[in-house]
Amino acid sequence: MTRHQRQIRRAQLLRIFAQGMLFLTLLMLSGIVIFILASGLPHINMQLLFGDYGKYPSIKPALLGTLSLTLLALVIAAPIGIGTALFLTEYTRTRSHLIRAIRIASETLSGIPSIVYGIFGYLVFAVALGFKYSLLGGGITLAIMILPLVVRSTEESLLAVPQSLREASLALGASKVRMIFTIVLPCAMSGILTSLILAAGRVISESAVLILTIGMVVNKMPESLMSPGTSLALDVYYFGSNGYPEQAAATGVVLLIVMIGINLLAVFLGKVFGKGELMHG
Amino acid sequence: MRTIYRFIRARDSLMRGVFFACALFCLLALGCICAFLLMDGLPFIARVGAANFFGTTWNLHENLYGILPMIIASLYVTGLATLIGVVTGLGTAVALYKFCPKKMVHPIRQLVNLLAGVPSVIYGLFGMIVLVPFLREYISPNGVGYGVLAASVILGIMVLPTIVSVSLDALDAVPKSYYEGSLALGATREQTVFTVMVPAAKSGILAAVVLSIARAIGETMAVIMVIGGSPVMPESLFQSVRTLTANIAMGATELFGDAVTALVATGVVLFVFTLFLNISFSLLKREKA
Repeated sequence: MTRHQRQIRRAQLLRIFAQGMLFLTLLMLSGIVIFILASGLPHINMQLLFGDYGKYPSIKPALLGTLSLTLLALVIAAPIGIGTALFLTEYTRTRSHLIRAIRIASETLSGIPSIVYGIFGYLVFAVALGFKYSLLGGGITLAIMILPLVVRSTEESLLAVPQSLREASLALGASKVRMIFTIVLPCAMSGILTSLILAAGRVISESAVLILTIGMVVNKMPESLMSPGTSLALDVYYFGSNGYPEQAAATGVVLLIVMIGINLLAVFLGKVFGKGELMHG
Repeated sequence: MRTIYRFIRARDSLMRGVFFACALFCLLALGCICAFLLMDGLPFIARVGAANFFGTTWNLHENLYGILPMIIASLYVTGLATLIGVVTGLGTAVALYKFCPKKMVHPIRQLVNLLAGVPSVIYGLFGMIVLVPFLREYISPNGVGYGVLAASVILGIMVLPTIVSVSLDALDAVPKSYYEGSLALGATREQTVFTVMVPAAKSGILAAVVLSIARAIGETMAVIMVIGGSPVMPESLFQSVRTLTANIAMGATELFGDAVTALVATGVVLFVFTLFLNISFSLLKREKA
């Protein structure tokens, strides 16, 4: 075999290897999802979903916890994140040091591991402010965690709004604030909504932050935002490591269904609004 | 008339101030995180002594807070997981790029993106009820399923979606003319992809690797479900050990009082690691741009 032929042969072998890896990836990723579905679905029942936590475990506290954490995180992160993105895209043309610092800060925030956010939340809310373990502390910590995500994707959808619309609006005599609220934000709405939904997905799948901030109290309904609680993802961990593997898998199924639903909603919103934007454009 | 203008102008500058305040919040949050971690963590390290803190024994009864075993375990797990993830993920990306039926590419990409959203506890649960028993029964020489190998495999699978989509984007960004030029020179499709396109996408692929290292070293929940949790020096792939993240999460459910400060200090070390990774990631991105 000549050197040339050997080279060709080697590249072919690499191709077969790559195809094998593709097969393996699909097998592993879908295998995990299918396994969790198969082992969890038979154990989903009314007691687990909506029963009181007594002799048998229930995820009712976790459902309430996840819902309130998600709302809390979004209510805090959405205005601040959208405001930041507006400032970065609409008010700054020059590359000042401050703007660079804000960008670097946001990038750094997005790279911090969630357990470090957890420690931060614990130190600030549980210790310094004396909340002990609370849903409120967890929600605020999660809001800070998803902030960079909201900022970045909102910025992208703001930048996608054609410059000519802004110019036309200003030329008609609208003030900058009016332009932002009547032209820019409505045009970017689909992108912003999609980013908020994906941020909600991040909150729902998070657990390392919560183990340090809301206390993993799986068996009591939280009474207020100041009481400790649990979330779906935390329940999966708790059940899994405390001898309820079946309930863990069933909770995992609920979590997966919520996540898939959220992703589909994001795709759907993108499509619906995407069409509307095309018509305007 | 003039009052209306004045009102509009006042409203404009007010809103500008509001948006500016929002933008400052990111800086403020980062500053607070650094301040709280360092203010609690550094005095602790100073008090117990760096030799103790970076020593080899973690025994709270004797006030020994050595986190070296956890640093080593974190590095082992991260390295092995990245190796598994990169080999599999890069192969997948290349196969999706040119060696896969065209009709399949889009649905597979969608599926991979969807799987990127699977919560890490789900991976951990899978590891706990499938992988660990499997390793214990069939692979492990000493009858232990927990440990570095189980954690690495789970993390390797977990970072796959990231690696696949980032390196596929990098490959897609290589100009098509490279491909055509190489074919015109007589190279086969396979040769072109492996000797021209992949090297051309090098910096993007490297960014994917750094990104997955950062995810692997910071991951907590998937790891604590399969790692075992003993704070000892890792000597084998099948041995209950503890990573930095696992140390924090496990301590959080067990400890209270002064010992919690040891966890904060562990967090500082982890924070420094990820800061370093972030900086190298943004340097890579800048080089590419």
